[in-house]
Amino acid sequence: MQRSSILFWAGAVVFLAAVFFMTQFLRNEYPFFAGYVILQFVVLSVAWTILGGYAGYVNFGTNAFFGVGVYTAVLLVQAFAASLGVQILVAAVVGGLLGLGVGLLTLRMRGIFFSIATIALAIIIETTITNWRFVGGAAGIQLQRPPVMEPFDSYVKMLFFVQALLVVIAIVVARFIQNSRIGRGLHALRDDELAAECTGVPTLRLKLLACVISGALISAGGAPAAMYLQFANPDSAFNLNYSVSVLAMSLIGGTSHWIGPVLGAILLATTQQLLTVTISSEVNVLVLGIMLVLFVIAAPKGIIGLLSRSPKKGARA
Amino acid sequence: MTAVSDAPLLRIDTLNKTFGGFVALDNINVEIRKGERFGLIGPNGSGKTTLVNCISGALRPNKGAVLFAGEDITLLSANKRSHRGIARSFQIPRPFRSMTVLENLMVALDFAAHRHLLETEAHQRDAAMSVLTRIGLAPKALVSTATLTQVELRKMELARAMATGPKLLISDEAMAGLSTSEVDEVLDLLMSLGGEDIAIIMIEHIMQAVMRFSERVMCLDAGKIIAIGAPGEVMANPRVQEAYLGT
Repeated sequence: MQRSSILFWAGAVVFLAAVFFMTQFLRNEYPFFAGYVILQFVVLSVAWTILGGYAGYVNFGTNAFFGVGVYTAVLLVQAFAASLGVQILVAAVVGGLLGLGVGLLTLRMRGIFFSIATIALAIIIETTITNWRFVGGAAGIQLQRPPVMEPFDSYVKMLFFVQALLVVIAIVVARFIQNSRIGRGLHALRDDELAAECTGVPTLRLKLLACVISGALISAGGAPAAMYLQFANPDSAFNLNYSVSVLAMSLIGGTSHWIGPVLGAILLATTQQLLTVTISSEVNVLVLGIMLVLFVIAAPKGIIGLLSRSPKKGARA
Repeated sequence: MTAVSDAPLLRIDTLNKTFGGFVALDNINVEIRKGERFGLIGPNGSGKTTLVNCISGALRPNKGAVLFAGEDITLLSANKRSHRGIARSFQIPRPFRSMTVLENLMVALDFAAHRHLLETEAHQRDAAMSVLTRIGLAPKALVSTATLTQVELRKMELARAMATGPKLLISDEAMAGLSTSEVDEVLDLLMSLGGEDIAIIMIEHIMQAVMRFSERVMCLDAGKIIAIGAPGEVMANPRVQEAYLGT
């Protein structure tokens, strides 16, 4: 194994161990309650970057995939009282299938047309859920948390750890894609789709793959939100804020490397959490917008563009 | 010669392509042999690039067939055609702009048909470097394509096309806008590739280059073949002169 790989895996293990110890020794639940949201945005942003960053297809339908994750969980709880693991797994499968469907229907569109199609998708799914009584309809649905599993002493702490696991999974997947020829192919088709196709890159297949993986991870990241809030309604599960936040986090972090969305999500989600506590939950949208504008003007390649002096790294990181 | 080597590498069979009411290609029939150096000329808008697009898979014809090495590839996607050995450069260079020259070639090697021969990244790098050395771009390998000059971009496109390991290379006006010495440079390059059993279709407006390069020349006008044969004959053809000079 290369040195960078060893460091990466060691980092992942240390991160999970640290999270686990926190859940065992910290009494106060609030850090977990806030931290969960930050980790959730890391998952969403990393997942978004696979399609939006590597392939350059800007998905405005993050909220559609997120909401599908939430409501898959709701449905499974209502119908089968399924466990959290099952909720997440099935949500990933449903999200992946949705990604495949969206990809087949829309990936022949480029640029803004693709983005508009993804917004339409979110509206269609939200409307469907709003009119589906079994999962609560427009009024939403209350959910009862099952007893927490050992060795955790509170459900929120457990969810925090689960979301940390999802962070690691999302990053491992994104890193694998980035370092494999899939990543190179996505990169090529982002720069020039026709040239990529004529150089042997199966562009449609790669785009579909990116759509499926990105969708599966976003839905998986959304699934635990049902149990986190113990409540789900279409308005919040399909809130366009998810799309805007995730887009801003990824772009502010930088989309050419998996570390970009991680940094962007940590920076912005933490700021949002602090603002929500100290000022108001409305102000954080304003701050998000201002930061996005500043970054687009001053650092179009995001934080990682600012950090790396050389414009392009030659080697696969 | 055996019967096998006589079989055409590429066969265009009554190809038609229309854009709305405009007939861009009108019943084109032509065969190209393995390793042949084939010049394609014609005034602007005569259908040269449309024909190239139909061969490389960027466009689907309305009627007719494209056969490559005996296989009907009319409905195949461009990437599958690339795997079978058709490569092209573009009239206006289309590099992968966020990558270095070397990385541009690595895309080709990553997805080319003979990828299994290049197990490791180091092998790939060597293969890419040897193509670049040959084309004279080795010193620029680690440079971003965004900083290349026109002639370097065109060479990079040829290098990227070569890296896919083609049997047929289509060069779409690789020399347009280059100085005389640069034209000679690119021409020598194409000539040397032709010596390796790679068939080359060269679209060009620079007549000396076409004359020097081609074993056979085809002239298109308004989507029709108006002349095909040895370069001298085609140039002497009154219809060709009329199409070009408008007399």
